[in-house]
Amino acid sequence: MGMTMTQKILAAHAGLETVVPGQLIEADLDIVLGNDVTTPVAINVFEEIGKQNVFDKSKVVIVPDHFSPNKDIQSATQCRRCRTFAAEKGIENYFELGEMGIEHALLPEKGLVTAGDLVIGADSHTCTYGALGAFSTGVGSTDMAAAMAGGKCWFKVPSAMLFRLHGKLNTYVSGKDLILHIIGKIGVDGALYKSMEFGGDGVASLTMDDRFTIANMAIEAGAKNGIFPVDEKTLEYIGAHSKKPYRVFEADADAVYDEVFDIDLSTIEQTVAFPHLPENTRTVEGLPEIKIDQVVIGSCTNGRIQDLRQAAEILKGRRVKKGVRLIVFPATQAIYLQAINEGLIQTFVEAGAAVSTPTCGPCLGGHMGILAAGERAVATTNRNFVGRMGHPESEVYLASPYVAAASAVLGRIAGTKEVLK
Amino acid sequence: MKVKGTVFKYGDNVDTDVIIPARYLNTSDPKELAAHCMEDIDTGFVSKVKTGDLIVGGKNFGCGSSREHAPIAIQASGVSCVIAESFARIFYRNAVNIGLPIVESPEAARAAAAGDTVSVDFTAGEIVNETKGETYRVPPFPEFMTKIIAAGGLVKALRAEENR
Repeated sequence: MGMTMTQKILAAHAGLETVVPGQLIEADLDIVLGNDVTTPVAINVFEEIGKQNVFDKSKVVIVPDHFSPNKDIQSATQCRRCRTFAAEKGIENYFELGEMGIEHALLPEKGLVTAGDLVIGADSHTCTYGALGAFSTGVGSTDMAAAMAGGKCWFKVPSAMLFRLHGKLNTYVSGKDLILHIIGKIGVDGALYKSMEFGGDGVASLTMDDRFTIANMAIEAGAKNGIFPVDEKTLEYIGAHSKKPYRVFEADADAVYDEVFDIDLSTIEQTVAFPHLPENTRTVEGLPEIKIDQVVIGSCTNGRIQDLRQAAEILKGRRVKKGVRLIVFPATQAIYLQAINEGLIQTFVEAGAAVSTPTCGPCLGGHMGILAAGERAVATTNRNFVGRMGHPESEVYLASPYVAAASAVLGRIAGTKEVLK
Repeated sequence: MKVKGTVFKYGDNVDTDVIIPARYLNTSDPKELAAHCMEDIDTGFVSKVKTGDLIVGGKNFGCGSSREHAPIAIQASGVSCVIAESFARIFYRNAVNIGLPIVESPEAARAAAAGDTVSVDFTAGEIVNETKGETYRVPPFPEFMTKIIAAGGLVKALRAEENR
């Protein structure tokens, strides 16, 4: 029986010729990741395990990005715990404020993840690196601790769903619209326990930043991972960012999929997910008037340079609607600097936006942009659960940077057509 | 191994943000986390829950963030078991790893109502809803899982194994 891309990567890391769905395997890990929320719990467990050192100082990555810059004394204490642990154990890839970024934008940018890698991270959006042709998945703190100690993790080999993409996206439609469309179609548990594999001639038309956004939200359909085939664009990205050896895995021609979806990219429209689930999607065309209080552009989903360029394209020469708060947070320091050099930050500030240092803060209702009861936000983030960005009676609408920027200008949920007409 | 208690019933897609909102993740202290467990969907949970009680959910229980704080908060609230139609995969792993028993049973989950008395026998693979007088079969916990749950988590189970 042929194997999917995911199955091949798992087999290779378990030292096996083949694997089948449902099989339990133990696999070697290339990267083990944690942040300032999940790592302190993992340190407790690591100490309980009683091992002196981590399995490989170059393969553990700790990024204090959630409540950093420290939002209060307790967060400061958690960040210090990460910092002290990293120093004591000689962890090479600990990224301090000033050099850190949002973990899932930072690791690819620093070249820490490459094609064919097997990565676990104590953060659910670890699935982002599937864009590079790696297997990566989110775990909890105990798994992170055990992985830091032994460099291995057990997995149940997933079956797969294939999304065969054709053609190309229309102007002002992005990877975010595509993944929201898919989640709307299959539901928030539509890919539960499975891998979402992307393929077809349409992949070539998607930029790397689009692919990161799409793989990032695989978890919002319940998937174990999302993964893209490696093509010229992937290799160009890897060449520019990483010196690590990479390995290209391809799905077998006779790989078995539970389901196959054919998607004509030219039919995808600007899409918004309504509260309180990412599956509550509607196209932006013909929506009733939904007034908003805040717009958030950034996060591990949409805080990359393409996202900022798209938002700036809409905001250039326009103003954020009076009474609406726009917060823009570039995902990494390098992206921030690039945005400054390209004049994007100037565009944002002139439009009336607040620009923030990289942090996960507003996305998870941590800090830097919390919503009050009854407030409504459009966000380019990944979750719109009850209370996700603040008060349980606040609302989050998920959208692309284009739609978020257009909504900020008009003070209500709107597509780019309404602004550009 | 058996537990028994009163049911707290919730719907589909109970996410880890409502189990323990991120605004409380600046600590990993189980007691502090338990003080805010479920508060965004059920403000009465913390004051009403008693040791041994059960949470019953619908499909995709524990979806969203990978925060292990979610099963930790549930466990520290005194909850003896979570029954659901299905679980999100990271939550499932995390719950087992910290020694919180969870059981997938669409039948038992759909039938249970808030306030029902339910017992679960993990070794026999049996859920009994005493209020409704109904019994549901589930696969018994495999031996390794029973060991992890009995020891109070994966690491404790491994240490117990080493010290034998």
